Amino acid sequence: MFSFEVGSLLNIAFVLGAGLVVSIMMIWVERRFLGFFSDRLGPNRVGPFGLFQVIADAVKMLTKEDWIPPFSDKFTFVVAPMILPIVMLLSLAVIPFGPGVGVMDLNIGLLWIFAMAGLASYSTMLGGLASNNKFALLGSLRGAGQMISYEVFMGISILGIVILSDSFSLREIVEAQRDGWFVIPQFFGFIVFMVAGMAESHRWPFDLPEGEAEIISGYNTEYSGMKFGLFMIGEYIGMVVMSALIPVLFFGGWLAPFGLEFGNEIFSGLFWMGAKTTFFLLFFVLVRAALVRPRYDQLMSYGWLVMLPLSLVNLLITGAVVLYQAG
Amino acid sequence: MSILFYASALVAVLSTIMVITRVNVVHALLYFIVSLLAVAVIFYTLGAPMAAALEVIVYAGAIMVMFLFVMMMLNLGQRTIDQERVWLSPNIWIGPSILAAILLVELLLGLITTDATIAHTMVEAKEIGIALFGPYVLAVELASMLLLAGLVGAFHLARK
Repeated sequence: MFSFEVGSLLNIAFVLGAGLVVSIMMIWVERRFLGFFSDRLGPNRVGPFGLFQVIADAVKMLTKEDWIPPFSDKFTFVVAPMILPIVMLLSLAVIPFGPGVGVMDLNIGLLWIFAMAGLASYSTMLGGLASNNKFALLGSLRGAGQMISYEVFMGISILGIVILSDSFSLREIVEAQRDGWFVIPQFFGFIVFMVAGMAESHRWPFDLPEGEAEIISGYNTEYSGMKFGLFMIGEYIGMVVMSALIPVLFFGGWLAPFGLEFGNEIFSGLFWMGAKTTFFLLFFVLVRAALVRPRYDQLMSYGWLVMLPLSLVNLLITGAVVLYQAG
Repeated sequence: MSILFYASALVAVLSTIMVITRVNVVHALLYFIVSLLAVAVIFYTLGAPMAAALEVIVYAGAIMVMFLFVMMMLNLGQRTIDQERVWLSPNIWIGPSILAAILLVELLLGLITTDATIAHTMVEAKEIGIALFGPYVLAVELASMLLLAGLVGAFHLARK
């Protein structure tokens, strides 16, 4: 049963199931942890520890009136919320969760993730544009500008890793970290990637496209019921993808730290990958609780004046060191 | 593989036709994105996964987003749709379609006379890099200079 190989039916079911369950449960985990961070209890009424809150939310969303505004562009309005969860699940498919665990192994895995991240921005943009609402349009304008800008640094920041591991394949990148995690030689790449990843999945504090203080709810203002739910679940799947991608790229993926491997290779791999992913998921929640939202011009100038030079210098130095060592 | 190729080719052609005939510019753009994705699948089936990924990242993920971004700023409405409808009247597009039909016939003749099969050599990312910075390094440098000029020009215009 545990003779996993990449792409087997069992494997696909495992990754899809785990990805979806973790993303959905993150809604509850996030609210609960935000509660603890701000010295209150969070949702604890429905079921043990409030665990069934997610089910209650889902029932609420599915039974709400699904309203399509008569003034909207109906075709685009319906298509837009579907794009985000689909492309996020597709990018989950290339992430290697353990030795032999994963949906597919592409030799262009990293580029695949970027392609999907690029397509994900359509959800925000088309949603706001089709709503035919001023606030939604402002939100999606912000989203578009933010995503295009931060995609640039995100791409440049991981090129150092591609140089060091000599591959675009995520599995080979993990294998290349047997002698040491990439977070040490690529520390600045890690910082830039982390910030850009947060901005890309417009997580707090980069949630300007839906800044509720100024523009109601941004690009999803006109959405109700499960269409709004799709935007939300897509965002949480994106958060899981990002939290799984950071360990794969910078923290050795499924490789055990300090040789703390135990039992079966696959069990140990899944345990460490799960532990690292959970750490970053909770870190995302902590960041949401700790930081405030910047102004939009601050966000942009921070990106282009700090992040871009930092990632370029990182790439330049990495290339120079690798060339020097090669002789 | 060849079924996949013909299916995505069909999608590409149909969606490109839809791009031309749509009067709502957002719908036309959506069809254009579908067409680009279909072309990416074609690249993949021809053994160029790198080109397929770049097609999606650069064209579908960046350039089309820019188009959409501009579209948001322009405040297009019913007026532009009506104008587009007028421009699509038959006496305007009949000339170009005759010319395009001649090209199509030439293309079909060329395809029939040569027995070309779908190539199945995989082109890896490393080979592309070696080719770009080996024999084609001059073209890469020229393209980068052109882009730099564009960047400086845009910066100058934005400062005014």
